Amino acid sequence: MSDATAHPVSQTTSQPKKRLKIKVSVVVMTLYLLFLMLPIYWLLNMSLKTNTEVLNEFTLWPRNLTFANYATILTDPAWYSGYINSIIYVVMNTVISLTVALPAAYAFSRYRFMGDSHLFFWLLTNRMAPPAVFALPFFQLYSSVGLFDTHIAVALAHCLFNVPLAVWILEGFMRGVPKEIDETAYIDGYSFGRFFVKIFMPLIASGIGVAAFFCFMFSWVELLLSRTLTTVDAKPISAIMTRTQGAAGIDWGVLAAAGVLTIVPGALVIYFVRNYIAKGFALGRV
Amino acid sequence: MDWMAWTWPTAIFFIIIASTLTVFTVLAIKFPETPRKGILRIETTRGDRLFITLLGSAFINLAWLGVVGANQPLALIVCLVYAFAVFRWV
Amino acid sequence: MEKTINQKAWFLVLPVLVLVAFSAVIPLMTVVNYSVQDTFGQNQFFWAGLEWFDEMLHSERMWDALGRQLMFSAIILTIQIPLGVFVALNMPKSGFWSSFCLVVMSLPLLIPWNVVGTIWQIFGRVDIGLLGYSLDALGISYNYTQNTFAAWVTIIIMDVWHWTSLVALLAFAGLKSIPDAYYQAAKIDQASRWAIFRYIELPKMMGVLMIAILLRFMDSFMIYTEPFVVTGGGPGNATTLLSIDLVKMALGQFDLGPAAAFSIMYYLVILLISWVFYTVMINLDKREG
Repeated sequence: MSDATAHPVSQTTSQPKKRLKIKVSVVVMTLYLLFLMLPIYWLLNMSLKTNTEVLNEFTLWPRNLTFANYATILTDPAWYSGYINSIIYVVMNTVISLTVALPAAYAFSRYRFMGDSHLFFWLLTNRMAPPAVFALPFFQLYSSVGLFDTHIAVALAHCLFNVPLAVWILEGFMRGVPKEIDETAYIDGYSFGRFFVKIFMPLIASGIGVAAFFCFMFSWVELLLSRTLTTVDAKPISAIMTRTQGAAGIDWGVLAAAGVLTIVPGALVIYFVRNYIAKGFALGRV
Repeated sequence: MDWMAWTWPTAIFFIIIASTLTVFTVLAIKFPETPRKGILRIETTRGDRLFITLLGSAFINLAWLGVVGANQPLALIVCLVYAFAVFRWV
Repeated sequence: MEKTINQKAWFLVLPVLVLVAFSAVIPLMTVVNYSVQDTFGQNQFFWAGLEWFDEMLHSERMWDALGRQLMFSAIILTIQIPLGVFVALNMPKSGFWSSFCLVVMSLPLLIPWNVVGTIWQIFGRVDIGLLGYSLDALGISYNYTQNTFAAWVTIIIMDVWHWTSLVALLAFAGLKSIPDAYYQAAKIDQASRWAIFRYIELPKMMGVLMIAILLRFMDSFMIYTEPFVVTGGGPGNATTLLSIDLVKMALGQFDLGPAAAFSIMYYLVILLISWVFYTVMINLDKREG
């Protein structure tokens, strides 16, 4: 606030008040961000220590900086295959969810049809349904069709909550596109398919990006269903982590390193959609 | 379908639900209606009232089972009264 | 926007319908089937009627879990909604720091839920965790594996850490949509900070806040992974919430019948609450529009 000295005359009455307010909000935000970062910092800190240092000394930063924990994960197939499995089913799920959600969201945003509001509500309830209810029947269902322990099984199971979410977000974004654009395109002789892909999708590109981000996110963070539906071949990293914890004598350093590595993809994805995050979290409804 | 462990009572239950939905769909096509406002101060169509009825009936049945615990079919009569009330006033 | 009536739109919705029916309707039907039968393994089923519902309705275990669940969700909402709004009000509106805050705040949301649990499990440990160690050093007895109160405090702080940003981001999106003209008008009227919040910001945020309350309530109501990793439902049953209890029953003990009856009641409650929220939201939309 160097302006305070530059314009001393006319604004002296309002200036101190304003300066105080800005300071309060800075303090609030600093405290809040600090609260958010502390546990993550601690995880990072532990992942860079040796186990003896973790258990024997209490240090705020690693005294013997080591990357051995990361090396363990990146060289042991039992660990890194978990990341590959997770990425595979997350990407599959995102693609499936968006493919089916795009036309449906268009229908909801543009047309009224029999039972549309009921259908929308029913979709929403699936986003709200507890995965714990579905864990057991999913296990039976995918075992009976021979898809147990495959990536596609997890990807399909995650559609339960991701498809409704994608429809919801995309519908919000599509509502913002004026209908005249559709009508003009049809008059110009575009077929529905060509119009949708060539004109409409570029218009809501940010919405698609945000929806993809959310599908990615919720599929990436989910544990219960992905753990229930896999044993070996498609086991996600999160499940590998929980099982390692059960073993006697926990390898804290490696566990922490694995945790840090699960944060990385999320952080990368956030960076790309940072300008749309807020609108996305509001499901396009702002 | 073995793993789904079907039984006749549950099958009949789902058939009834499915046919009710079909009937209401046909009704909605044959006799289109405008939503109306009832005692809940919200706009409802027949479909909404059906949903309120079904969901409420589930809770009535559970409450009957939990509180009375016998003569479960009697709960269905309560449900019928409830259904009538919902379709009449909501 | 005025929507045209077009029944052919059903064809556009069909793929979603088929997919979600496959992943939602078939499992739900199965749950209903299981709930009226007993099984001794090997997929042999015996008719049990309403026995499981009866048992569940009179089981203290379920009511206790429900009580804990409601308490958890209530505490979560009372902390997170005001705190989230408060944080949103203090966020920088634009520029580098705004993006910075957005990115940092989204970070906890993208951490796999069991890693969230692991982070707090480590963070709260008295021997190796920053929080536990500091509290211990200050002479405060804190042990989340043995003390019920400490366990509750841990999972609540964890959830606040994990999800408050969601509320804040939603509220922030709502705040950003308020045109500057509103604030200028308020300035001319010399409205107090509180009046601005009460009569301009809060009404404008109502829509997104409803979404926030709905999402937070539902997600806290079905929370499983994070508390399970931290406390495993303990000490004793102190933090055994509904989903934890259900998974224990269904996948741990493989009690298909009771677990299915439990699932149905759980689902019905969710259905009821979703419907109430949805109806309120729709009517808010209509009143504004």
